[in-house]
Formats: sequence, C-alpha cells, structure tokens
Amino acid sequence: MSMIFRQSQANKVSKEEPKKGSSPMNSSATRKPSEPLKFVDPVFTLKDVAVSYGDFVAVSDVNMQIPSHDITAFIGPSGCGKSTLLRTLNRTNDLIPGAKVHGSLFYHDADLYHPSASAVEVRRRIGMVFQKPNPFPKSIYENIAFGPKVNGRPKKSELDDIVEKSLKSAALWDEVKDRLNESALGLSGGQQQRLCIARSIAVEPEVILMDEPCSALDPIATLRIEELMAELKKQYTIVIVTHNMQQAARVSSYTAFYVTEVNLTSDRRTGKLVEFNETKKMFSTPDDERTEAYVTGKMG
Amino acid sequence: MATTSTSLQSRVSLDRRIKDFTFTTFLSISIVASLAFIFYIIYRLYNNAGFLLSWDLVTFFPSYDIDTAGFQSSIMGSIWVVGFATLFAVPIGVMTALYLEEFAGKRNRFTALLELNIQNLAGVPAVVFGLIGLAFIARGPLSWGFTVGSAAIVLAMLILPVIIIITREAIRAVPPSYKEGALALGATHWQAVSKLVIPSAVPGTATGTILAVSRAIGESAPLLLLGALSFVTFNPTGLDSGFTILPLAIFKYASDSREEFQVLASAGSLILLAILFAMNLFAILLRDYTLRKRNI
Ligand SMILES: Nc1ncnc2c1ncn2[C@@H]1O[C@H](COP(=O)(O)OP(=O)(O)OP(=O)(O)O)[C@@H](O)[C@H]1O
Ligand SMILES: [Mg+2]
Repeated sequence: MSMIFRQSQANKVSKEEPKKGSSPMNSSATRKPSEPLKFVDPVFTLKDVAVSYGDFVAVSDVNMQIPSHDITAFIGPSGCGKSTLLRTLNRTNDLIPGAKVHGSLFYHDADLYHPSASAVEVRRRIGMVFQKPNPFPKSIYENIAFGPKVNGRPKKSELDDIVEKSLKSAALWDEVKDRLNESALGLSGGQQQRLCIARSIAVEPEVILMDEPCSALDPIATLRIEELMAELKKQYTIVIVTHNMQQAARVSSYTAFYVTEVNLTSDRRTGKLVEFNETKKMFSTPDDERTEAYVTGKMG
Repeated sequence: MATTSTSLQSRVSLDRRIKDFTFTTFLSISIVASLAFIFYIIYRLYNNAGFLLSWDLVTFFPSYDIDTAGFQSSIMGSIWVVGFATLFAVPIGVMTALYLEEFAGKRNRFTALLELNIQNLAGVPAVVFGLIGLAFIARGPLSWGFTVGSAAIVLAMLILPVIIIITREAIRAVPPSYKEGALALGATHWQAVSKLVIPSAVPGTATGTILAVSRAIGESAPLLLLGALSFVTFNPTGLDSGFTILPLAIFKYASDSREEFQVLASAGSLILLAILFAMNLFAILLRDYTLRKRNI
C-alpha cells in the first residue's frame, strides 16, 4: 500500500465552528444500553472498523463516535488494540507494512481512508504524542519550530510567536524560556513530554492523540500533564490511551473499554469494543458487567 | 570464617572463575601481541630511516640521485587519486544506502539482488577491480589511459561497497522515533528523512568513510595494473594526468639494488604510516566530537 498521497481538495474539511464541549444527543439516561452514543458534529465516526496486520485481525467491529473539544479515553487490557485503533485515527498505522484498515472511518465528513485523502495532511490536522517522549536531537526552539517549518515558510518573528505560545500552552515556557537554544535532550522526562505536546500544538491540529503519554513519568509530572490536558480540551479534541484507571476517570469525559476475545478460527485474539459511555457512568454503573469487572480491578 | 547469610564472598564457582581468567588473559595477550607487532615495525623503520626524515623527503621528486630523491609526486598522486575516488564514491554510496534503507520499500527481488551484489562487491579482491579498470576504463570502451581519472574510478569502485554498508548502518542507528515524531507533525517522508534521518546519520557515515578512504590510500595492487608503478617526476595537474602513488613509490625504491634507496623506502613507509594514523585519529576525534555534541 502506498503511504503518502498529496493533499486533495476532496479532503478539505469545512472550517465551521464546532460546538464546544459537545454533549451526547442520546445520553445514558434516555438511551437503551445497546444503542451507541451519538454526538452533534463528532470528530470521528467509526463504522465496523477492523484493523489487521497481515492475516491477523488485531481489532474488529468497532462502532463509535468521538466528540469534539473533549477528552475520550481508551482503556482495556494489554493487546486489545487500543494503540492500533489510535494510530488508525491519524493514519500512522499506514507506516507499518502489512497493516490494513477495514470499515469506514470518517473525520468530520471526510473519509480518512479515501484514496484521494493525503496521509500527510491528515497527520497535520491530527497530531500524536507518543508513549516515550521523543524530542528531536535539536534545540528546544527548533523542536517546536519543526512542525511549522515543514508545513510552510513562516517568518522568524512568526516562529518566535508560535514557539512562545506553544510552550505557554504546554505549561513549559517558564521552565525553558532562558534556554530555548539548548538541546531538548537535556530536559527531564516530564519536560520532554510537555515539549512533545507543545510541538504538536505548534502546527495547530484539531485533534491530539496520546498513547499512554504518562507511563514513563513520575506522579508529579503525570499530574502536570493531566492539568495540561484539562486546559487543552478547551481548544483541542483529545483521545488518550491509558492503563491508569484513575487517570481515565480524572481526565476524560467519555471512556471506551476494549477487551480481547478468542477467535473461533484461530488461536490469536481479536480486540473488541465492549462499551463506550460517559466516564462517570463507566466507573459507577456501567452497562456491561465486563466493564465493571475491569474498572474495579477484578479483571485484566 | 563462618559463612553467614550476609556474606559478600563471591559465590561464582571456581570453574567459572578459571574460565573468566583464561579468557581475559587470552584477550590481553592478543592485544599486546598485535600492538607489539605494530610498534616493532615502526621501531625498525625509524631505526633504519629516521635520520632521513626531513621536509626534503616530501618536497623532492623521485630521482636516480639519492641526494635529491623524495616522494613529492607520489604523495600528491595519492592525494589526487584518493581524493577523486572519494568524490566519486561518497555521493553514489550515500544515495544507494539511502534508497535501500528509506525508499526501496518492502524487500523485493530487485533490492535483494542489489544487496547480494553489494555484499559480494565488498568481498572482491582489490586486484580484480584493477583488472576491470584496465580492461574497461584505461583501455576498452573508455580508453582513459593510465590517468588519475582511471585510477580514481577504480578506487571508487573499491570503496563504494564499504561506504554503502557503513551508511546503511548509520541510517539504521537513527532512532525510528525521530521519523515517527516528524511524520506525526505532518512532515512528508522526504522531509522527515532529510531533516532528521540524514543529519543524524552524518557522523557515522563520515567516520566510516574516513576509515574506508584510509584503506584506499594504502591500496597498491589495483593501481599497479593502471601504470602507477612508473617514474613520475611531476605532480598531477588534472584527471588526465599521469601519476604514481606513495605505496608504489616505496615499492620502487625498495626494489632498487642500492642500499641507500632501500633506506629511503623505509622513510617513505614512515610517511605513509603517519598519514594513516592522522586519518584514523581524525576519524576518532570526529566521532567523539559528534557524540558530545547533542544537536544536529
Ligand atoms: N506492528 C505490528 N505488527 C503486527 N502485529 C501487531 C503490530 N502492532 C500490534 N500488533 C498486534 O495487534 C494487537 C493489538 O496491539 P496494540 O499495540 O494495539 O495493543 P494495545 O491495546 O495498545 O496494548 P498495550 O496496552 O500493551 O499497549 C496485539 O495482538 C499485537 O500483537
Ligand atoms: Mg499500546
């Protein structure tokens, strides 16, 4: 599969103002348990999505919508396909040889996997923060400036502004403003991760995907990132994968719980979406007993 | 002494310790032996010809008169030939490596064939490249004659596989997270490669290339076939110039029946060794410097 398509008109998304802090059109109070959550102008709409690596189906039958300007958490036991699914949301999975996406996956009203959709353009709009902080071996300034530079030719003064604004949004400015030209590799792990968040903010994406962004950090650094996320959700849509139940409960408004189910045809296991609900409900009175077992620590 | 539960005595068995000791001793002996050998050669050369070391040695041209005989034209010849060989081989080698690592995509027959060929080329004896150069470059289709250009092409062929292999290693050593990070910001594949992968691979490539080139300086067999073993009393002036090289100038003096010229050959060997040491030292310093410098 070829990976990078040029940007196409077909993929341009209308820039209409999304409703901030969308609430579901059918909240759990009025909805039958089997009915999926629906939102006004969701950022992502997944229909019968399955992802496979070669012959192996890693995750299948995913139907869900992800609301804008809010935080959605993916939880579930190891290997249930959380990272896989997250990567398909910005076409990072394209880069893995043999990976294939089935079903339909819409970003607003644009088909993410339409042949004319450009993966490069998709990734500019949908940023990603990785599990291990991965600053470039460049200065702090150049790390932030990298995204704007590859996406255009900003003037020096514009870049200066972007760098300052992004670092401020990521709550890192005060700590690094006197050493912008020093290597980013000299920062602490928590600072590096905030730098990576600042770096993705710098290209002004609409969505930030985070795959276990705090798993390499200590509790204090974790708390800072969580506060940061709460701040960021005013402007960005965030999808976070986490193994930390308290974290999911603290930061997210909606939670999707996945499990692995044994295949009848092979001994490999396939990930399935068990339940997608308001986080409050997921952690108090979930619809599915497997969710309850998992969040209370009786499973996984 | 009673063995308590907090005993810090080694619990590794005697048998293991003997094995460890034997192995360490064997390693140390090997290192000492190879170093001793090198120092012995240098000592002998210096003892033999040290008194000859002076600028005259590098400023005088070859001569039948021992009082005015030196190595200038062969040193310049080596610099010209090896310089152009590097100029030819590095761009082709680096681009081949970049293609194979970053753009060839999935392994297919073509890339497998290419890889097999590169491995094979690296193992081909140098003199075979000399024969190819003689048949196809100096004579045959290209007919460039016994010139700096012909010699540079032959040496380029010789170091090309090494440069490709070294560059691929250097590219593979770049953490994949750099590329992932760049792509996640909306960079194209080429932007990620040119702005992060290539700059990160430069130090490794440069160090390896210097080592490959320093091998090429000492190489004499292939150029023997390209007429480098001649009495050349002028420096090269271009790619079409005739030439000789330092190792062969040494060989020529050493095969002279007069003893003074054999001593002169020893002095030439000292110059060659000095050049090689200087290049290797430079490669090491470059590596250390780039390791210390964290930003690209
Ligand atoms: N690059 C790959 N190639 C082949 N199989 C893969 C690849 N990446 C993941 N898988 C498989 O897909 C399944 C889902 O993996 P994934 O990494 O998405 O799980 P996860 O839910 O993120 O797990 P974790 O919580 O441990 O991070 C696993 O069975 C895994 O072995
Ligand atoms: Mg994962």
